[in-house]
Amino acid sequence: MNRIQQKLQENKKLLSLYFTAGYPAINDTMSILQQLQDSGVDMVEIGLPFSDPLADGPTIQESSTAALKNGMTTQLLFDQLKDVRKTIDIPLIVMGYFNPMLQYGVEKFCATCAAIGIDGIIMPDLPLAEYEAEYKTIFEKHGLINVFLITPQTSDERIRQIDAASNGFIYMVSSASTTGAQSGFGNTQSDYFKRIDAMNLTNPQIVGFGISNSDTFQAATAFAKGAIIGSAFIKHISAHGANSVADFVKTIR
Amino acid sequence: MITEPQTNYQADDRGYYGDFGGAFIPEMLYPNVEELRSQYVQIMQEPSFQKEFNQLLKDYVGRPTPLYYAERFSKKYNTKIYLKREDLCHTGAHKVNNTIGQILMAKRLGKNRIIAETGAGQHGVATATVCALMGLECIVYMGAIDIERQAPNVARMKMLGATVRPAMSGSRTLKDATNEAIRDWINNPVDTHYIIGSVVGPHPYPDMVARFQSVISEETKKQLQEVEGRENPDYVVACVGGGSNAAGLFYHYLDQPEVGIIAVEAAGKGIDTGESAATSALGREGIIHGSKTLLMQTPDGQITEPYSISAGLDYPGVGPMHANLFRTGRGEFISITDDDAMQAGLELSKLEGIIPAIETSHALAIFEERKFKPDDVIVINLSGRGDKDLNTYIEYFKL
Ligand SMILES: Cc1ncc(COP(=O)(O)O)c(C=O)c1O
Repeated sequence: MNRIQQKLQENKKLLSLYFTAGYPAINDTMSILQQLQDSGVDMVEIGLPFSDPLADGPTIQESSTAALKNGMTTQLLFDQLKDVRKTIDIPLIVMGYFNPMLQYGVEKFCATCAAIGIDGIIMPDLPLAEYEAEYKTIFEKHGLINVFLITPQTSDERIRQIDAASNGFIYMVSSASTTGAQSGFGNTQSDYFKRIDAMNLTNPQIVGFGISNSDTFQAATAFAKGAIIGSAFIKHISAHGANSVADFVKTIR
Repeated sequence: MITEPQTNYQADDRGYYGDFGGAFIPEMLYPNVEELRSQYVQIMQEPSFQKEFNQLLKDYVGRPTPLYYAERFSKKYNTKIYLKREDLCHTGAHKVNNTIGQILMAKRLGKNRIIAETGAGQHGVATATVCALMGLECIVYMGAIDIERQAPNVARMKMLGATVRPAMSGSRTLKDATNEAIRDWINNPVDTHYIIGSVVGPHPYPDMVARFQSVISEETKKQLQEVEGRENPDYVVACVGGGSNAAGLFYHYLDQPEVGIIAVEAAGKGIDTGESAATSALGREGIIHGSKTLLMQTPDGQITEPYSISAGLDYPGVGPMHANLFRTGRGEFISITDDDAMQAGLELSKLEGIIPAIETSHALAIFEERKFKPDDVIVINLSGRGDKDLNTYIEYFKL
């Protein structure tokens, strides 16, 4: 069983954090991962920066631009992660956009992830139809879990299709928006959380986008299995430095 | 009239032109794009839609645009050159053919808020114009750098009632304005229609925009029949930024092998200078704005910033139709430098009394390097007029 699947079976609400590799400094990747694990985070999304991150709000756009300026590349990230499994045992997911993966070579990208010990991939702009037609067999050959997104606008029929195509968790985007910290959730969100919960999907759901503090984490995980924090964490390390990871995690739970 | 020819060079039902196209979009955009995809052909074929579209093209845009035999220009290059006068369209370029079509589409989809991206401002002005015409809210994203460079078009959009929002991310030019428009659509999934300005973006946009622009070749066929006694010229020539004016002129000739297709890209300061927008020469297959196509990028897959003196040609990708024309060899691709384009613009002004847009000047510049026979019939898409470029012409020629 894949580390993601194992983690999902634990009887607790999962906290997952996203950070952009190469930010704030080019070599912070391993140190941030170690601090995340040491502070009890359950899972990490390692962001591979892209020049045109069209599903992201200003915070992740800026961290991506800075990371690229610092010199981050796909190969450099893989080199940095080469020995990650000697020290890190929580599930790791690479999150990015499809073009850098395509240029690296989808087969080589997946093989390298598997060799390093990456457990899953999130590519928001690789949609279900293209994935199933062209790339599914490659992901599966290398034991990688592909994570799909749903939003409040996704139809029940499509959610069922995505559930059937998933074998880990469903990334439940909290609202119709790009990434970015919001201060709270309203009725729309709680109705949506309840609606999805009532569908009794095969795959557990983890909520992302707009989770920024303990309150939003509690609200998101009232129904879902876990929550992902990205922009709020990046804002924190921008303000307090790459060694302040534990301080942030403590404020969440 | 929008007709439906069957050809090998059109999009298939998944939006692929050969290896290129498709819809590489995040799930957040899926409902919007799917709503459009599942209805656009049907809506366009409704008699009431066609009637309204054709009426507006005639009475508001001023179509049909003339097919003008450029006698002195032809004499200079010893061949027969016709100019399809899209510069005479309302707002000064072909862009309005598409925005008229899309605003009618948006109304039928029940949308009341319109967003668009713009580089030089031509598409922004064409969108602001149709929004004023229909009384719809209009927000145009424009790179912060372009806002500074294109002040007159920013003012036009404001007069037309549009809100111009600066794109502050990335390189703050056209591709970033497109990113911002896409982000806006993600954040406003219910009431908003995104009017893309060229044959780019996820399926169904490239095909939909090409169909709206196809009126150009539909008219050309009839007009050429009248003057030359045949519908098909020997060559059709157009400049390619994203590729919409080219798609419009090529559309009804794609499947006529006797018609040569010539696409003209901006070489900028020269293909090997690092300051160029010649995507077919410099690009590799990749994904930009939801479409698999040729695009300029680093070895690592980061999209790079193109350069051209003409703001309408500096897009790092090219529409998937054109990527396929290039790969299959159906189209001949030529790239023209800033200097050659500027000279050709000046030459047409002096020989024919027509000051072209600098984008168009690239298509006019091919005759120095590409030779034709004296009895060849060549149709060039005169995609826009040069008013918007006057400052660039003034600076360049010290007028
Ligand atoms: C006059 C004119 N021609 C050509 C273009 C290039 O666009 P496309 O390649 O979509 O026709 C533009 C874009 O702004 C334009 O204004």
